Amino acid sequence: MERRRSDARRHRGVIHTPFSKLSGPVRSVVVSSLTLSGAVGVFALSFGVLSVSAGASIAQTCALSLFTFTGASQLSAMSVIGAGGTVGGALGGALLLSARNSVYGLALAPYLKGSLCKRLLAAHFVIDETTAMTTAQTDPRLQEIAFWTTGIGLYSFWNLGTLIGAILGSGIDPQKYGLDVAFTAAFVTMLAPHLRTTKGRQAAVLGALICLVLIPTAPIGVPILAAGLAVFVGLRRS
Amino acid sequence: MIAAASSAMSWSLVIALSAGALAFKIAGLVVVGTRKLPAALERCLVLIPAALLAALVAKDTFSRADQLGFDERLAGLAVAVIAVWRRAPLIVVVILAAATTALLRAAS
Repeated sequence: MERRRSDARRHRGVIHTPFSKLSGPVRSVVVSSLTLSGAVGVFALSFGVLSVSAGASIAQTCALSLFTFTGASQLSAMSVIGAGGTVGGALGGALLLSARNSVYGLALAPYLKGSLCKRLLAAHFVIDETTAMTTAQTDPRLQEIAFWTTGIGLYSFWNLGTLIGAILGSGIDPQKYGLDVAFTAAFVTMLAPHLRTTKGRQAAVLGALICLVLIPTAPIGVPILAAGLAVFVGLRRS
Repeated sequence: MIAAASSAMSWSLVIALSAGALAFKIAGLVVVGTRKLPAALERCLVLIPAALLAALVAKDTFSRADQLGFDERLAGLAVAVIAVWRRAPLIVVVILAAATTALLRAAS
């Protein structure tokens, strides 16, 4: 009801059936959310394969996607474990990476109102993609639709892809198909929007340098963690 | 189930990472919500993805265990960067980069 009323306000004077009134912009939001979800699902497949080949069981791999549900952290943790790192090393970098979801939560809070229960459920879906899709909309109702369709769509495809990948996992050599580079390619895609600002570029270059300098000497996992120090370029007012 | 030799993977990692990740998500959206944070802190927090994702790209391309160097992965990265720059969708970027590295590995 509430949806229809707000929509009717914007389309005042135009005669439409209730469906066609809603369908245009809503459909385009839903289509792009689901396209993104499908693409990420294929990527989840390579997470499944790599996680199992890094030493996780199928159940552990699926549990990560179900309960951690933040791609870059999962990938980072398993890439440290796969390289022979410790649980501490894997956890440090992965948690630091997941801290950005707090920032996304701050950005999304004005759009996601409602009961505490609803907001707690919404919190599980606060990740790169949902933030990008939601903040790309200008209409409050479309923002909410974008958030929930992207969140639920991604969650479904991410977990389905992980399961299939984990089952295939032991039968596939990730190196042979270049799946290890699939991680890197996905990171590059996620990194790109953060390079639009000068501070973002400085933090990226500094983070990469800290990491490379430490790789030959520091224990595995530490270089990624230490790269987090690069965020202090944000202290200087620009 | 086949486990890689000497892998440190454990359920405690799964549980700690899941609990931590959820705590961060709730902290931003539900606990702080629409309240304001100190400006300097916010300026630093937004840079976390830039710093860490760049570090991950560097590590995954130029390191093997604790050695620096480069191999077929650098070509995959180069293709990924070009694809992202040309605004290719995620799935295209991933497939192009993986295929480039896989082909070079097959050829060598």
